[in-house]
Amino acid sequence: MEWAGLINYGVFMLTLAGIYAVMTLGLNLQWGFTGQFNIGIAGFFAAGAYASAILTTPPSADHLGGFDMPIAVGLLGAVLVSGVLALLVGLVTLNLRTDYLAIATIGIAEIVRLFLKNEDWLTNGVRGVAEIPKALSTTPLDPALADLLVVLAALAVVYGLLERGRRSPWGRVLRAIRESEPGTQASGKNVFAFRIQAFVLGSMAMGLSGALYAHFTGFISPEAFDPEFITFLVWVMLIAGGSANNRGAVLGAMAIWAVWAGTEFLTGKLPAEFTTQAGALRIFLIGVLVQGILLWRPEGLLPERQDGKKRG
Amino acid sequence: MLVYGLVLGSILTLGAIGVSMLFGILRFAHFAHGDMMTFGAYIALSFVTGLGFPVFGALPFAIVVTVALAIAIDRLVYRRLRRTQPVILLISSFGIAMALRALIQMIWGPGNHALQKGIQIPYRVLGVAIKPDHITIVVGAAVLVVALHLFLHRTKLGKAMRAMADNPDLAAITGIDNERVIAWTWGIGASLAATAGVFLALDTHLNPMTGWHVLLMVFAATILGGIGKVYGAILGGLVIGVAVEMSTLMIEPAYKPAVAFAIMVAMLVARPQGLLGGRA
Amino acid sequence: MSLLKIEEVRGGYGKADILNGCSLEVAHGEIAVIIGPNGAGKSTLMKAVFGLAHIHKGGIFFNGEDITNLATQKVVAHGLAYVPQENNVFPTMTVEENLEMGAFLRDDDFREQMERVFELFPRLKERRAQPAGTMSGGERQMLAMGRAMMMEPRMLLLDEPTAGLSPKYIDQTFELVKTVNDLLGVTILMVEQNARQALEIADKGHVLVMGRNRHDGTGRELLDDPDVARMFLGG
Repeated sequence: MEWAGLINYGVFMLTLAGIYAVMTLGLNLQWGFTGQFNIGIAGFFAAGAYASAILTTPPSADHLGGFDMPIAVGLLGAVLVSGVLALLVGLVTLNLRTDYLAIATIGIAEIVRLFLKNEDWLTNGVRGVAEIPKALSTTPLDPALADLLVVLAALAVVYGLLERGRRSPWGRVLRAIRESEPGTQASGKNVFAFRIQAFVLGSMAMGLSGALYAHFTGFISPEAFDPEFITFLVWVMLIAGGSANNRGAVLGAMAIWAVWAGTEFLTGKLPAEFTTQAGALRIFLIGVLVQGILLWRPEGLLPERQDGKKRG
Repeated sequence: MLVYGLVLGSILTLGAIGVSMLFGILRFAHFAHGDMMTFGAYIALSFVTGLGFPVFGALPFAIVVTVALAIAIDRLVYRRLRRTQPVILLISSFGIAMALRALIQMIWGPGNHALQKGIQIPYRVLGVAIKPDHITIVVGAAVLVVALHLFLHRTKLGKAMRAMADNPDLAAITGIDNERVIAWTWGIGASLAATAGVFLALDTHLNPMTGWHVLLMVFAATILGGIGKVYGAILGGLVIGVAVEMSTLMIEPAYKPAVAFAIMVAMLVARPQGLLGGRA
Repeated sequence: MSLLKIEEVRGGYGKADILNGCSLEVAHGEIAVIIGPNGAGKSTLMKAVFGLAHIHKGGIFFNGEDITNLATQKVVAHGLAYVPQENNVFPTMTVEENLEMGAFLRDDDFREQMERVFELFPRLKERRAQPAGTMSGGERQMLAMGRAMMMEPRMLLLDEPTAGLSPKYIDQTFELVKTVNDLLGVTILMVEQNARQALEIADKGHVLVMGRNRHDGTGRELLDDPDVARMFLGG
């Protein structure tokens, strides 16, 4: 009984960590490789979550659809919707300086949140979308295990694609843009096109992650997730793991998720009257942790690999 | 509507001046500014509800504590990150914002508070209803802006601050101690933030998210006025404040922050150097 | 006794050294000139004196006191002033405010000194209320020198004060350097591209190559040295 409970808990935690890892990989493409400062991660996550939810739920009077489609279609839809959103955002903002882009992306996330909350016809507003189907529910697999398998499969696919991208000439151009945009421009590359591609692909990973989350929990609402917190945690994961290193990003996601889960054990020991404070304390600790990482280990657990070349 | 716009604009101005000055001196967008506002408001709340101070008696204490916090954070964290890229400071300030908000929740809880109890009887001026608080906020902000102007143009330290925003290396060559100027900049930025936070709590109500929710508008005001420019921030604050409140005539009030954002993006694309022009 | 003494200095900004054992001495009341090809470390040497480049070997002494790697704002207090080559004014501040900033460390009344600067540069007086960023290159150079004079320094470091100026202004600048040196008794160390003209007014000259002294001598000696003439004076 004890063991079964522990394994169940482990599976549950690993699934969530995997969902975060997909987002962290997306951010790594944007920030780690291309130097784009996106702090609107939650916006793309939410867009993906809602897209897949609306596509796959049974018809409902409360919100648009549902269209009762297979989950594979839902995931594809999530990727497309977040990709289109990123394209629109990117076309307008990607030529901005880093800090302006940061402010702009936070605005996007805020607008997505307001939109999901207020457009009842589409999203059922604050009441949220329920009855989101589970993945692989027709197979004899344990549902929790099925979720984990799907998430790990998605993580493997995203990781594989990003690693291929990183090794390719395409990945080298992205890093060149990060190091010296004018230089890359001078060598005849269409810098803007590369930036858009990185931004859109990274955001697609975030959308996919949102869809995975929706199918994992079965219910989503604008209040169910704290957007700034998701964004923040993903950033901490990437910095802790080592930006511009995909293995680092996944490792960082796992490590920080473990720390996050660990703090729950710690605060769980506090007397019951402190439960409202406990959540805040955990966020506070993570906020302090990130300062520590920036001060003492800014390159993260796994620093960027230099592919045998040394930088002057 | 216009009155509400001016009130919001005054508050945004106080926040935007701080963000703008910090950017001018330290070259990064301070993401914890909204939460610094919230923090100041909560300190005032403690003095009002805990010790029975009037709101304006509590304000100086709120300012002092917020300034102390800002300088402490700078000494402990930002100062050591200054040698690296400014973007690292940006990430750091985002983390500080989360930590500060969490701290506020731990101390004061997640719920709503009111800084002032009871209903105010509005004055009627030319057929427009104006609450006493509104007058306080607008006049208070104006006084602070004038005081800041005098400080920046009449005092040695104020001029040193402008010199450092212009050219930090040259400022050091003339004997200006950069660290001291930075500490003063935090002092002024945090004072204005605390005041803005108290005003915001007077105008509406106070919860841990209050400051974060206006941060986007504060940034919009800063950018509209031209980042790093103090007078631009005043103009930007008022324009954003009025535009946001007036927009409720046409679109749903729920989308207020989106209006500020739309103006900001339009501005960034069309005129990134800000309304008043000059260097970017 | 020499006023400024630089001893076997090595250092730069990052990992690679720009200064590779560079030495020079400037005595009270002298004009010393540094010439040399681009990238020889001339500007870096000046910045090193002002704590803007890092020195890991050797030392810098001013008036007998060790100022090696001293914080920039503290060097000024010793009576040294520095005019960088570029970005040497505060563009959004007025001419008068720029001069006030030059006197930042002074607690006494500096109006007299400001009048003296205005006498040297009448043009600045006309434009005292104008923002420095709106002035011409020549006027900015005047303001930068005027600003440096506000502390009544014992020594002035000038980094290519004639760069980008028209011939008329170049002559004027050299005249000015002589005036400041003769009349006000300020010791001068300057880096110059107009090597011939600079050496003509110099008591001492140094040729810097690859962060090291190549030739040292009086201004006259260097002008007459065929090697220096061929390599660095263009003929």
